[in-house]
Amino acid sequence: MRAAVIVSEPLRPGLGRWLATPRRGGLLVLALVIVLLPLLLRNSYFYEIAILVALNAIVCIGLNLLIGYAGQISLGHAGFFALGGYGSAILSAQHGWPSWLAMITSCAAVGLLAFVVGRPTLRLKGHYLAMATLGLGIIISIVLTTEDRLTGGPDGMAVPALSVFGWVLRGERTWYWVVAAALLLAVWLALNLIESPTGRALRALHGSEIAAQTLGVDSARFKLRVFVISAVFAAVAGALTAHYAGFITPAKSTFMHSVELVIMVVFGGMASIFGAVVGALVLTLLPQLLTVLEDYETMVFGAVLIATMIFFPQGIVPTLARWLASLKQGLRR
Amino acid sequence: MTIRPPFRAALALAGSLLISGTALAQDPIRIGAFLSVTGPAAFLGDPEQKTLEMVIEKLNAEGGLLGRKLQLVTYDDAGDAEKARTFGKRLIEQDKVDAIVGGSTTGTTMAVVPLVEQAGIPFISLAGAVVIVEPVKKWVFKTPHTDRMACEKIFIDMKARNMSKVALISGTGGFDKSMRAQCVGVAAKQGIEVVADETYGAADTDMTAQLTKIRGSSAQAVLNAGFGQGPAIVTRNYRQVGLTLPLYQSHGVASKEYIKLSGPAAEGVRLPAAALLVPELLPDSDKQKPVVTAYKRDYEARFKTEVSTFGGHAYDGLMLVAGAIKRAGSTNPAKVRDALEATKGYVGTGGVVNMSPTDHMGLDLSAFLMLEVKNGSWALAR
Amino acid sequence: MNGAWLQFIASGLTVGAIYALVALGFSIIYNASGAINFAQGEFVMIGGMSAVTFVGAGLPLWAAVPLAVLAAGGVGLLLEKLAIEPARRADTVTLIIITIGASLLLRGMAQVLWDKRVHPLPAFSGDKPLQLLGATVLPQSLWVLAGAALAVAGLSWFFGRTLFGKAMRATAFNPLAARLMGINTRQVLLASFGLAAMLGALAGVLVAPITFTSYDTGVMLGLKGFAAAMLGGLGSFPGAVLGGLLLGLVEGLGAGFVSSAYKDAIAFVIILAVLFFMPGGLLGARRSDRV
Repeated sequence: MRAAVIVSEPLRPGLGRWLATPRRGGLLVLALVIVLLPLLLRNSYFYEIAILVALNAIVCIGLNLLIGYAGQISLGHAGFFALGGYGSAILSAQHGWPSWLAMITSCAAVGLLAFVVGRPTLRLKGHYLAMATLGLGIIISIVLTTEDRLTGGPDGMAVPALSVFGWVLRGERTWYWVVAAALLLAVWLALNLIESPTGRALRALHGSEIAAQTLGVDSARFKLRVFVISAVFAAVAGALTAHYAGFITPAKSTFMHSVELVIMVVFGGMASIFGAVVGALVLTLLPQLLTVLEDYETMVFGAVLIATMIFFPQGIVPTLARWLASLKQGLRR
Repeated sequence: MTIRPPFRAALALAGSLLISGTALAQDPIRIGAFLSVTGPAAFLGDPEQKTLEMVIEKLNAEGGLLGRKLQLVTYDDAGDAEKARTFGKRLIEQDKVDAIVGGSTTGTTMAVVPLVEQAGIPFISLAGAVVIVEPVKKWVFKTPHTDRMACEKIFIDMKARNMSKVALISGTGGFDKSMRAQCVGVAAKQGIEVVADETYGAADTDMTAQLTKIRGSSAQAVLNAGFGQGPAIVTRNYRQVGLTLPLYQSHGVASKEYIKLSGPAAEGVRLPAAALLVPELLPDSDKQKPVVTAYKRDYEARFKTEVSTFGGHAYDGLMLVAGAIKRAGSTNPAKVRDALEATKGYVGTGGVVNMSPTDHMGLDLSAFLMLEVKNGSWALAR
Repeated sequence: MNGAWLQFIASGLTVGAIYALVALGFSIIYNASGAINFAQGEFVMIGGMSAVTFVGAGLPLWAAVPLAVLAAGGVGLLLEKLAIEPARRADTVTLIIITIGASLLLRGMAQVLWDKRVHPLPAFSGDKPLQLLGATVLPQSLWVLAGAALAVAGLSWFFGRTLFGKAMRATAFNPLAARLMGINTRQVLLASFGLAAMLGALAGVLVAPITFTSYDTGVMLGLKGFAAAMLGGLGSFPGAVLGGLLLGLVEGLGAGFVSSAYKDAIAFVIILAVLFFMPGGLLGARRSDRV
């Protein structure tokens, strides 16, 4: 896969410089939007959509690290998402664990699984890697659907509400703040990772794995690290979703869901954390907006996807960023 | 500085609010529906959606209810329970519907149950599992016969033909698994022994392997708990591997589609179904005859396709709600709910409905007829 | 037990032949563009549904089937012209997303143009099962196997003996060199889509009498065909055929002897095992990267 274009901006002096780094400036703006958004959210349904966007964004941020920065691909991330949710559900509903402990344990377990499975899988490249992750996702999906004594089968299972140190989280408005905080944390962690030595190694890998290896970058180790991190992100989002909705079904583990996640990442922009957020936003909102089209919804969705990828081949955010940069360049002259 | 993406996000959200907020001049009665029109349960959701549209139009042509027009708001959940939950919230919070008729599958229904219980909106489900109304939930009703009833009906028929060993074959869908579990549960009580238990994937195209294994068992009859195209393929493969044992299907395939897809292999297959499938065979004194004949005629004339029992369930659901609203004299949710619960003697496509505070379905085993496929068409089984 | 073995093998090979045809379509487009065409499954659906429409309009089967295959080929060409060509300079991942969008578009159009119901197609030569060494085989299964064999033979002749076929092989081998030799690689890409579409549609019409067809039969078949192509080695034609047949066999035997609920999982576990030990698939080239 060709390297993604990572646009960098010249720093301006003073406050401009302080805000101009993606880490601080972007985070601030995101936090601002999160705080101001409730003014626009009229009822529980709007809150629900906002929550779903944030949850999808968390998965996409992790997936973007894998696809956009590390240049790998995963067509099975819905499996990690669902395992995170089911793990937390089973531990808290069937074994009486406190839900916050169930969540943490479940996500750690998914991380461990990703570590074990990732080592042989990441030796594959390109389409073969896609196939392997696809197979993994499907196997997970089949197991979740078939082991109905444990998982409730195709109709899923009920999940108790999340309670942290005695405080039970209920209602869309409470969850909005919880999920928003999780999203900000996820963005901050991802931005830190990219600026760290791991992130630099990843970008080197993406540019050319062989060149990076000749420079002493242990590609296997870094690929595995980012694979595990993205799996944990997905598991956390999955567990939060399960506790928020009060139930979980295998529909969240299917190939189609994995594909949806990849679309969000590519659509929003690879190698762009905020691109992942935008991708999640647009692709969660779009089906809600397209319901007016009823029978034509699938068709229009497909057409929109094609058109967007033709005109924004790098994804929305990087392409728009590049247009804006060249616009400014033109204006300066 | 580049425009930060989150601002764009806020603009997009604002735009969506403008699209969805429309004020209506005269206040219609809003009926909400979330159905699985696409996806693995399209077999159910498609006729349900068509029926709801048709009946709402008819009611409006007759003057509406309480002098107000009826408005239908429907969403397609594609069989996904989480989408159903989101649409449930949308119907209750955003579209502010007065009642909900929907939930093509048990999974999608159960996802919305907590919402209607909390919001206090009457909800009539179109799904089959017994868990929907057992234990009884205040705001939740349902129109289809339960899967447990189907099992009981089939086992009674088996015993009448002196058979006691059955082989089960079912799919991995929610309906299939639920019915299979119910059949296993009631088998012992009815004196039936389950000697084989095979499954197939929902999208599978060849069940000869599973049927070959059943052929080698001691079964005297085979029960296929499934719906969609799976049972049709099972039926064809059945004849292909040379099985001559009686084959029972579930009410999930109670439609001419099943006969068409299975071809001549369907001869002799028995299943429990509502009277809607055989209006011509009903005696003139049968209370259901006028209702089912009229619905079948209207549906087939309008949509140029065979009527299905699932559409019939939607018809019953909507008519029950309409009747309750009329009797309650208002759309106040509590009043409508009480009127629903007090429904007595409603003659629908599924049977005669008598609800009560402990029975939110209102049908008994007599609402099911045992049908048999004869010469490519339905006949009453003897 | 003998009869059971053969029954499982017979049904496995039948469905395997279908996977092989779909896998061939994947390999052809991969060879021409380096991308995976996720809309491949939809061509299968278009073939089957078109045949149903033509038969419903009164055409005899022997006319409806080739017509349906050609119609799907036309759709494939249109798809390439409208969706792939404008983006030919894009990333592989972008192209993949475009094909996913295309599959949604085609499925959505099928939903509207046709309907959401399941449709049967009359069997080519009747429904009476044949007794073969203790197994019962539908005559349509033999049509599927014969059709697939003919398609493979036809492809070998096309790629081995005709000028355009050789041009396509050259493009797959080294697009730049091919262009330098005067081969119009744009046309090659266009032809690849048309060819892959026709192969998919052929699979669709062959199997519709056995498995029925509806607007969403493409999803699962596309997925399995992709898996088969990967198993055999992406880009390799014998690999696609081998992968397809093997996948079908594993499914049939797995369902028969291990567990019918887990048969897909078994198949994928085996595919993963193969890929872990042979990262290029069974017949795929050993990877060597130019540094």
